[in-house]
This record gives sequence, structure tokens and C-alpha cells, in this order.
Amino acid sequence: MSNAAAATLDHHHDPSTSTGIPNKKLLMWAFLASDCMFFGCLISTHLIYRLHPPPGTLPAREVFSIELTSFSTFILLMSSLMMALAVNAIQKGNLRSMRWSILTTIFFGLIFLGCQVYEFRNFVFEKHLTITNSILGTTFFTLTGTHGLHVLIGVIWLSIMLAYSFTGRLTEKDAIDVESMGLYWHFVDIVWIVIFTAVYLLEYI
Amino acid sequence: MEALVKTDFLPKEAAPAKPFVLWRPTVKEGLIGWLTTVDHKRVGVLYMVSALVFLVVGGLEALCIRLQLMVPNNTFLTSAQYNEMFTMHATTMIFLVVMPLGSAFFNFIMPLQIGARDVAFPRMNAFAYWIFLAGAIVLNIGWFTRDGAPDAGWFGYAPLTTRTFSPSHAIDMWVMGLQLLGVSSMIGGFNFIVTIINMRAPGMTMMRLPVFTWMTLFTSFLVVLSFPAITIALIEIMMDRLFGTNFFEVSNGGMPVLWQHLFWIFGHPEVYILILPAMGIISEILPTFSRKPLFGYPIVVFSGASIGFLGFGVWSHHMFTTGMGTTATAAFALMTMAIAVPTGVKIFNWIGTLWGGHIATRTPMMFALGFIWMFMIGGFSGIMHSAAPADAQQHGSYFVVAHFHYVLIGGSLFAILAGIHYWFPLMYGRKVSEFWGKLSFWLIFIGFNVTFFPMHFLGLEGMPRRTFTYDRNMGWATGNFIATMGTLVLGLGILTYLSVLLYTLYKGEKTTKDPWDARTLEWSLPNPPPEYNFQVIPTVHARDGWWYAKQHSDLIAKEEAEHKAADEAHGGLHMPHQSIYPFLATCGMLIGAIGVAVMDFANRQEWPGFWGPKVAVSMLGGAIMVGSIVLWALEGNEGYHIHLNEDGSIKSSDQTAPAAAGH
Repeated sequence: MSNAAAATLDHHHDPSTSTGIPNKKLLMWAFLASDCMFFGCLISTHLIYRLHPPPGTLPAREVFSIELTSFSTFILLMSSLMMALAVNAIQKGNLRSMRWSILTTIFFGLIFLGCQVYEFRNFVFEKHLTITNSILGTTFFTLTGTHGLHVLIGVIWLSIMLAYSFTGRLTEKDAIDVESMGLYWHFVDIVWIVIFTAVYLLEYI
Repeated sequence: MEALVKTDFLPKEAAPAKPFVLWRPTVKEGLIGWLTTVDHKRVGVLYMVSALVFLVVGGLEALCIRLQLMVPNNTFLTSAQYNEMFTMHATTMIFLVVMPLGSAFFNFIMPLQIGARDVAFPRMNAFAYWIFLAGAIVLNIGWFTRDGAPDAGWFGYAPLTTRTFSPSHAIDMWVMGLQLLGVSSMIGGFNFIVTIINMRAPGMTMMRLPVFTWMTLFTSFLVVLSFPAITIALIEIMMDRLFGTNFFEVSNGGMPVLWQHLFWIFGHPEVYILILPAMGIISEILPTFSRKPLFGYPIVVFSGASIGFLGFGVWSHHMFTTGMGTTATAAFALMTMAIAVPTGVKIFNWIGTLWGGHIATRTPMMFALGFIWMFMIGGFSGIMHSAAPADAQQHGSYFVVAHFHYVLIGGSLFAILAGIHYWFPLMYGRKVSEFWGKLSFWLIFIGFNVTFFPMHFLGLEGMPRRTFTYDRNMGWATGNFIATMGTLVLGLGILTYLSVLLYTLYKGEKTTKDPWDARTLEWSLPNPPPEYNFQVIPTVHARDGWWYAKQHSDLIAKEEAEHKAADEAHGGLHMPHQSIYPFLATCGMLIGAIGVAVMDFANRQEWPGFWGPKVAVSMLGGAIMVGSIVLWALEGNEGYHIHLNEDGSIKSSDQTAPAAAGH
């Protein structure tokens, strides 16, 4: 039967959904809504404790290096641009272009992570701010570390997708897979804008 | 609809040969069949069976608590054992009984109600179940170890849960167990949201959804938006315990009250996660047995939505005695009073449904009527708590214990027991005998009231909750003795209920299709429903879709014939492939979670000692999880086709036909 049936259109393979929004996209939106609450709780924790520093706390401004973080923030935002280009490319079926865009996204993501590793080492060994010795260290490292973990997961996801694109199984029809990955990546960037404002910029007002 | 059909339906190309690790299991029976199942009905059964087992476990824990309190100065349990008992009783009943029983119905019933062949992400659905089981195992491991079971209360207030006051690994197990259960619920929640929004049958508009499906949707939104708060709270306490951070360490500027806020931002929506499915079940049963449509359908739906929405703004009424300040206390008191309004509206709608109906007092209806009455009593004592000054008196007393058992047993559990009786004929094609069903109802109803009604008085007389014993001259002896007697009756009732259920499963009276003459689409199926659910995806013309279909059988038969031909032309019914990876990924998570829970405290001086076999075990678990998820993604979701005979039996399936299996 297979051949006779295969020649027809099989729309139930990617069924037109009740809303017209692909399932995977809706799933990603629901997950990101949930992740908003996740980061919301962590950021609130930081903001609350920021208002009640115990005596002898190192002022955050003396620890932070706003120049470095501004640079890595810029790089992360640019990675979102490359991610958008990758989604655009796969939607047009341009695999080659998608691979270059994804590779650049990974590269930018790694620069951001590298800056964070450098920043963490600098804070711990030069500025003597550790996760245990003060409430600022506790909330700062937990919050930015959790965000860094999100970036790392994104980088791994991007790398697997990049490798997968060489198997020949990734086609225009799978654009939604790249698109949901893109949604995740943009979200991680947007959260960073909030964290950068609430954790870093707030100290300079 | 046609405009939405995608344009890229290419003929099926010969897929490249798959590597061996991406083998797709095809066995439907036996252990492999259950481990690899992605059928939403089977996942629902797994949830239900596990939850009923834990109902017995949690019930036995409750029995131990009541036996200890039966007489003054009892020595049946030590104070330490008593702490374990009430902690695990609450944790078990909330996370391992009521929530998974809700999930059992979401899984089994909801896709049938919206006319879908499965949930949106079948493998993720199985994954949610397996993680739930892993979380249940981690929570209960303590009983078999020297550290004992978790003993800090189900809301685990810091700083009691910090390493200073609870040095043993029991709390770590509790933290990791709850973390897994949270992941499980959230994965399930995402899946149900997408399924309800996207997988509805043609004509099933949102305002035609059965109320149970609506409540599933609201519950799922509550789950995915409230669980992140407890996830963060648990991460913070885990960091404190494992790495010596200062989130709840007062000497370094931490504030333990933060735990209470984070916990109850989760904890109060959680209360609605437990009760909204119950309200959905009741809204299905009452119209069926009153022979009337649900009174005020849109109002019932919208009050469900407002309960869900307001549920996020009342958490601090659990904390009126922490000294939040007058403004915050007043605001939360007002919000709490406000949330009683939509709840009351629902009660009136149910009464309106009953009003003037031809009420058939079958077993499910008995539980449903019991629900309305008992839930109202729980609601009345709840509204008393919303007045902050009164609450300050009742806080931490047995009055609170009475209140939440009235809403959780008299509310959630009664509705779930009603739902099991109501849908049992659909699930297994057999019906519980009316005599034994009603007997179990009366035993449960009487036992429940005798147990918990005296607790109102005990609370007002000043008996604090979580006290492991009391002196005779406190004047609490009579009330406690009556309550314990009630517990024995309640236990007998639950025992009867479960034994009758088990008997019915094998020997019960067989029923025909649609035995209750009901209104919603799940009853259009033969019982038990075939694995593909609907031979032909139904077209829905009215709110009570199946009722309409029964009245307009000619029209429906014509439509079905057309759709059947269209389905066959498209290559048969599309079924999802089974998969082993959800189970394997969960095994990794289980190993990793236990590894993290048994890890030793690390401080800076001891960092080198921190790296040891326990860390290696956690990492191994993590690696298994990540590896399984990658293979899961690579195996793809293409599924296979089946073709049916006229009677609904499977004529052929290209899953088992090697030529068409894609190799």
C-alpha cells in the first residue's frame, strides 16, 4: 500500500493545528513563560537582598567591571542577530547560510561565556567575592551562573543542530526546529538585558 | 481550516538508514510495552495505579499519626518518628496522590474529550510520568536508610531545613525529590497546554470545550507558572546545604522569610492545582446525573480562570503572623476574600445544575454531591482565615488542619473518587456494583466527618498542629479519641473502595458503550477505547458534542463516512512510535538526583575532598540523561500508519510491516 499512499498528500504528518501555530512553537512559548517566572524569582531574590546588605559588605560597584560586562552584553545581543539570520536562512532552505550563522552564534555565545568565566575568576581571586563569603556573592553568582548555564545549554543545542545539519536530514520542513531553538536563544538574551540592568547598571545610578 | 494546511507535503522519500541505537520498539505488551509506551491512556493508567498505591502509603502514615494522638501521652511513635510521619503524609498526599490522580485524568480523559488521537508530544508525556516515579522513589528512599525520611514539614521552612538544624541527608532527598516532581509536573503542563490549544477536533471551539478540559488547561497554566518559584527556592536551599551559600544564613545577611515567600508563591497556586481538576470532574458528573446541561457554562469557565488568576495574589495569607506590615496584610486579606467569590459562583452553578433535574443517585453522583457539601464546609472555614486578626488566632492550630482536610479530602479526593467511578466503565468496560460503591461512599463520608469535624473544636481549644503528644489536662483527649475512631472508619472506607475497584476490574458487571448516557465526546468511544481513540476524528457541532451527535445520528454518520474516506486517502491513521528514551533519560535523572542528594557538604578548605565517587555518580546520571535526550531528538517523531476494518480492529499497520518501516 505504501507507494500508492505515499504519492498522496499526507497532511496529518504535520497536522494543521487548531490555531495554525505549530505545536513546537507553542511548547517553546509555554516553556519560556515558565522560565520567566524562574528568572523572576532569582532576580527578585537578588533585588531584595541588595536592599539589606549586612555590615561590612563590599560595595558592588567596587567589584564589578562594567566595561567588560558591557562588551559581553553587546556580543550576546549580536549573537541574537546571527540567530535570527540562521532562522531566516533555513526557512528559505539555504543550509549553507544557516550553518555559517549558527557557527557565528555559537562563537559569540562562547565569547560571552569566556567573559563570564574570566569575570568569575577575577571576582573570586582578585576581589575576594565568593559565593560563600557574602550575600552579594551568593545572589550574584547564583543568578549570573544560572544564566550562564542557560547560555551553555543553548550553545550545546546549537552545536548539535549544526552537526545534525551535515547528516542531510535537516531541510526546509524542519525550520520550526531551528526556530524554536532561536526563540530559546533570544529569550536567554532578553533575560540577560534584565539581569544586566538589575544587577550591574542599578549599582551605577 | 483548509487555508492552514501546509503546502510542503512532499511524497515520502526513502529515509536514510538509521543507526542501530535509534531502534524503535514495536512491542505493545509486557514490560517493554509499558516501559516504551507513549499512549496517553496507558500513561494515564500508570499515573492512576501509582497514585493509588501512594494513597495507601500516605493513608497508613495518617493512621500512624492518629494512633499516636488517640490517647494523651501516647508512646506509639517517638517525636522524631512523628515528624517523619506528618512530613511524609503531607508530601505524599499532595505530590504523589492528588496531583498524579489529576494527571491520570488529564492524560486519559482530556484528549478523548477534545477528539484527539493523542497528546501533542506523546514521548514527553511518558517522560513526565517516569520522572514522577523517580521523584516518588527519591522522596521515599529515606525510610530505608539510616538518615530516615524527611522530617521538616511539607513546606520545609528555612532555617529548619538548613544544614545547621537538619544535618542529615533526609532533607537533601526531600529537596531532590520535590525538584524531580516539579520537573515532571511542568513537562506534563506544557504538553496539556499545547494539546488543548492545538489538537482540538474540527468544530471544537474553546467555548465548546468540556469544563474538565478547561480546568485541565487552567491547572496546567498554574503548574507551569507556579512551579518555577519552588524550583528556585529548592535550588537556593540546595546551594545553602551543598556549597555553603547564604540565602537563608542569618549570620551572613540571609533572610529565612524569603523561603516562606517563594514557597507560598508556589504553594498557594498549588492549592488550586489540587482543586481545579476536582471542580472539572464535578462539572462533568453533575449534568450527566441531573439529566441537564451544566448551568451557566461560561460563568463556570470564567470563574475557573479568575480563581487561577487571583490564586497568584493571595500567597501571603499563609504568613499573616510573620509581621509583614499592615498594608500588605490588609491587601492579602482582601484578595483572599475576593477569591472566595468565583468559588462561590461555581457552587451556585452546580446547585443550579441540580435544580429541577432528574437526579440519579448513582455512586459517582453520591461522591459528587458529597463534594459540594464538604467542599463548602472547607470553604467556610477558609474564608474565616482570610480575616487576618482571626487567622492570627487560628494559625498553626488544628482548626487549620480541619480546614485543609475538608478542602483536600472533602474537595479534591471526593471528586477524584467520583471521577474514578464515573470513568471506570470507559476505561475498563466494567461497572462497580451500586451496593458496594455506595457502601464505600458512606463509610468514607462518615469516617471523614468523624475524623475532621472535631478538629475544628480542638483547634479553637488551642491544640497546635504537629504536636506529637499532649497532656490529659489540656482537655483535648475526647476530641482526639473521636477523631482517631473516625480515621479507622475512613481507612475501612478507602479499603472497601479500593478492593471493590480491584474486584470490578476482573469480575465486575460488563457495561455497554456510554453507560451513563453522557454528553461529552469520550463516551462516543467503545470501552475500553482502542489505542487510536477515534476511528474517525469527530466533527463537533455543539457544546455537549456527543449529546448532539446522539440526537443527530444521520448527519454524524454521513460526516463520518466522508472523513473516513479522506483519512484512508491520506494513508491511514497516523500513530506515534513508541520510545525507550523517556525511560532511559529518567533513569539518568534518578541516578543524578540521588548522587546530588547524598553529596557531602563542601566548603572552600575541603574542595579537593569534594570530588569523589558521589560527584562521579551524579555526573554519570547527568550524562545518561543528556545522552538519552539527544538520541530521543535524533530518533524523530515520524510515527507510522494503521488501517482499520469496519469494526474498528486493526487491518494492517506499517509499523510491523518491514518493507514500509523506513529502512
